[in-house]
Amino acid sequence: MTRFNAWNVFKNGFTGQKNWDRQWRDPVPKKEYDIIIIGGGLHGLATAYYLAKNHNKKNIAVLEKGWIGGGNAGRNTTIVRSNYMLPGNHEFYEHSLKLWENLSHDLNYNVMFSQRAHVSLYHSPGAKDGAARRYNIMRLHGTDAELWDLDTLKKNIPHLNYNDARFPIMGAAVQRRAGNARHDSAVWGYARAADSLGVDILQNCEVSGVKRSQNNIESLETSRGTIKAKKVGFAVAGHTSVLWQMAGLGNLPIESHKLQAFVTEAVKPLLDHVVVYGVGGAHFYISQSDKGSMVFGGDLDWYKSYAQRGNLPMVQDTAEAAMAIMPCLGRIRLLRHWAGVMDMSMDGSFFICKTPLSNLYLNAGWNYGGFKASPASGWYFADLIANERPHKHVQNHNLERFEKGINIDERGAGPDPKLHG
Amino acid sequence: MNGALVPIQNCTVDMIRIKCPYCGERDHSEFTYGGDASIKYPALDASESEWTKAIFFRENIRGMQKETWHHTNGCRLWLEVERSTITHEIKSVKACHPQIEKITKHK
Repeated sequence: MTRFNAWNVFKNGFTGQKNWDRQWRDPVPKKEYDIIIIGGGLHGLATAYYLAKNHNKKNIAVLEKGWIGGGNAGRNTTIVRSNYMLPGNHEFYEHSLKLWENLSHDLNYNVMFSQRAHVSLYHSPGAKDGAARRYNIMRLHGTDAELWDLDTLKKNIPHLNYNDARFPIMGAAVQRRAGNARHDSAVWGYARAADSLGVDILQNCEVSGVKRSQNNIESLETSRGTIKAKKVGFAVAGHTSVLWQMAGLGNLPIESHKLQAFVTEAVKPLLDHVVVYGVGGAHFYISQSDKGSMVFGGDLDWYKSYAQRGNLPMVQDTAEAAMAIMPCLGRIRLLRHWAGVMDMSMDGSFFICKTPLSNLYLNAGWNYGGFKASPASGWYFADLIANERPHKHVQNHNLERFEKGINIDERGAGPDPKLHG
Repeated sequence: MNGALVPIQNCTVDMIRIKCPYCGERDHSEFTYGGDASIKYPALDASESEWTKAIFFRENIRGMQKETWHHTNGCRLWLEVERSTITHEIKSVKACHPQIEKITKHK
């Protein structure tokens, strides 16, 4: 693999930039691998990368049913933040943010990480107190956090509806180190970096069956033949339950819901930050891409679904929220909207854990937050697979936490997956 | 149907229409989604693991599933709906409470 650097870009300039190597190989599946990660999204590829890089593991394959970047890696709103409060979550997401800060250098691939600040509006004194509590807890744990009063907010983001909003804007809770990254670059960067460390990325390789003995997995039936594995990791987001039942393991504390995202035509620079608006029934988050498009999203479609397509009532809800907070968007045209299948968990937190099978490991339950989590997810999942014990930061992110009564419910919404948005 | 990953075709993407036995066919935006209707709660003195399974663990069917919907902005009946989680096609709708049938039939 040719490294990306100024000299190589200059050198390839003489041949019209046409002689670059392909970014990752297209290998023929081997009969057996030491470690197979199912799911070639950000989490699966990051896991394979850190297994090879941090733990010096060889003979790894990543199985992807479609193509790299075709699942939720290409269906998100690219927000990266670490404004979490609960033990286990704040260490995890802060670690993820730190990995993002150095990811372009680490992968030798520009993931276009832009720390433009995550600005979460509040609309009442009570909401301000709630935000102050959460953001003070973050500060005590060493994460950056601040509150902006109305004047500071107006100076930084002049285009919000400060005049006649139904819920008047009173200020914002801000994490300056948060921001956006380029989703395609992140997933391609991990694929390329993992491949260069010898990981086989097998695209169009859908798992159709799991052959197991009493307490471990022996081999996987795939659309590209039977592949044996010494260890298997599931990292398939919305389809985790399907795979889990293929392995004969029964039910999971997960429901699959769809979440939409929207992108508009490109406009001149309008918004320098990620802005989040959530009050009453509304939920809305928006940023502007480097191309100039406004990228935004809202709530889940509210009913369980595996369809990667969103419904129109939610388009209306999201548009209403957009108009409530940024009326200047009123005449902008929507170019595309799409939906991804979310693995919504019962307490809104993820799973990086062992399973009832001795050589199977689970990475799932990412709810709304899979994109920002992906570097740390791969980091800790690789650590779990290599060392066969959970790291202390994810020791409670397991399937047993519900019976033990130690749910990690950041939002306090209770055991209803659709409420953990 | 649960295991096989069939391609998503003819999927309802705009509005699901639910035939409420009391009000007739209405947009799904009048309703609130409840959840899996197949869950049976165990006896009050059942073990913690049985209660954990009932409250937190789901089959999460990819295919036809029984689920509850509340006609929040209508008659406020709780309904049991059989709906595909792949195409959103609805196979059947009935009131959750068996006694309600009498009223809806009368109507």
